Amino acid sequence: MPQISDESREKIMEKPIGPDPETPDSDKLLPGSSSLAVLLVVFTTVSFLVLFSIVRGGVGHVTESEGGSRAFGPTEVTGVDFDIELLPGTEEARFGPEDGGFLVPPPPWSESGFFPCSECHSEMEVNPERRELEEMHDDIELVHGPSDRWCLDCHNPDDRDVLRLVNGRLISFDESYLLCGQCHGTIFRDWRQGIHGRRQGYWNGGKSYLLCAHCHDPHAPAFHTIAPLPPPVRPQFLAHQAQGEIQEAAHE
Amino acid sequence: MSERTLDRRTLMISAGLSTMAGISAAASGKSAGWVERLLKRRFVELSDERREEILAEIEETCRKKYGRDDITVSDTRALDGVEFAYGLDLSRCVGCRRCVYACVHENNQSRDPQIHWIRVLEMKKDHGIDFAESDIYYDPEEVPEPESFYLPVACQQCRNPACVKVCPVKATWQEADGIVVIDPDWCLGCRCCMSACPYGARHFNWTDPTIAAEEINPDTHVFGNLPRPKGVVEKCTFCIHRTRKGRYPACVEICPVGARKFGNLLDEDGEMRYLMREKRVFVLKEELNTKPRFYYFFAT
Repeated sequence: MPQISDESREKIMEKPIGPDPETPDSDKLLPGSSSLAVLLVVFTTVSFLVLFSIVRGGVGHVTESEGGSRAFGPTEVTGVDFDIELLPGTEEARFGPEDGGFLVPPPPWSESGFFPCSECHSEMEVNPERRELEEMHDDIELVHGPSDRWCLDCHNPDDRDVLRLVNGRLISFDESYLLCGQCHGTIFRDWRQGIHGRRQGYWNGGKSYLLCAHCHDPHAPAFHTIAPLPPPVRPQFLAHQAQGEIQEAAHE
Repeated sequence: MSERTLDRRTLMISAGLSTMAGISAAASGKSAGWVERLLKRRFVELSDERREEILAEIEETCRKKYGRDDITVSDTRALDGVEFAYGLDLSRCVGCRRCVYACVHENNQSRDPQIHWIRVLEMKKDHGIDFAESDIYYDPEEVPEPESFYLPVACQQCRNPACVKVCPVKATWQEADGIVVIDPDWCLGCRCCMSACPYGARHFNWTDPTIAAEEINPDTHVFGNLPRPKGVVEKCTFCIHRTRKGRYPACVEICPVGARKFGNLLDEDGEMRYLMREKRVFVLKEELNTKPRFYYFFAT
């Protein structure tokens, strides 16, 4: 600190401080009445905030509709079977071949009464025209790839019980993955290795896999959105049972 | 413990203690493994015969508690030449939470207070993977929402597990096949592991877990889905009771979009090796050097 001579100190002391030397309060930061007002404002704001957060339910407040206010168990979930039944034969193939047996359910629609297609189509004339389908197959909505795609690009016109690859090779419906693999090569490769698609059973033995058409409707292959199962319960709603125990302990 | 030298003094003490423990255990009808706990011997250090006995006792207690005769308790050991790994395709996951509830169903988690071993984090596509901004309570009518992607997180079965390092009593360890397990009989409930785990994968039983007797999964493993007591930590074990018998974990089988992959990392031709060769896999919080066995990827 620099030394200040007594002379200059006196000078400083003589100097009036603040804008109005007449008012005694003027050397304070705030004059008396207004400091009270500020305190009042601060106090009211804080108490309003506290009240508001109490009424709202605190920082972690959630409304009923936001989810997570109730704990759901697996039995309360409808439409999902958690006890997965393996495809018949998986257990038997458990220690079967060296590389594990691969099983596949029959292709979709094969047991629905539609198949064999030749039952109707063998008597009908082949009509390759692109048209609005009436009477039969009018439920099929074709949303798959280029807009000029039509039935007979994949279905074989001469024998409807088989499919036809681009190179003219005829394949049965349970080999339909060959057809899909013509365009979706990378996914086909992944699928053969078990990286794309769902597998069930034994990781070191018999397992079942699915055909492309089991999950993707070949006519409209994009997945549909599904309803999610309920969210986990939030911590503030977690302790139903524990609450009882704590209260019991507190009473004792 | 083979390295421990057995001198006369220790022998006398342990023999005396065993006798005392045996007598008092018989007199008081205490639960399984009580003698060993008194002797400071962990379940995994015991002889096969003693393990069998204890398992039988646990089984008996459990059957009585839930009034079900079909409950079995096993201690299936790790398979030789197997190291488990898990793959999750984030471009497939739709966030439907089927895995969460399949896990609860399979692994006898407490229903109330609720414990979920799997948590599905909803993240925004334009933010990328951002834990701070993620939401686990999302509840729209239908998923996936167009601007979101979903990242399920459970135990990452680290090769360098922080939770194992911090446990003061060695109640949790890594098995030969890579699964990090907890011995609920040995766990103190200090919850150090929970604060050490960077993935929030461990959960604590604040009260006695409540599960309706008819909802119990009777096929149990002593370090896996055997119903836990109050005051211990639990976590995902890759469905140890299933995978050690060759089955896929429950979450893999339930996944409606086939986003979950599981297999043996040591099998050259297996799913996991193909996945790691062909896909750009990544692990969560790589910078922490926990070296998870849980690989995420975005498939084409």
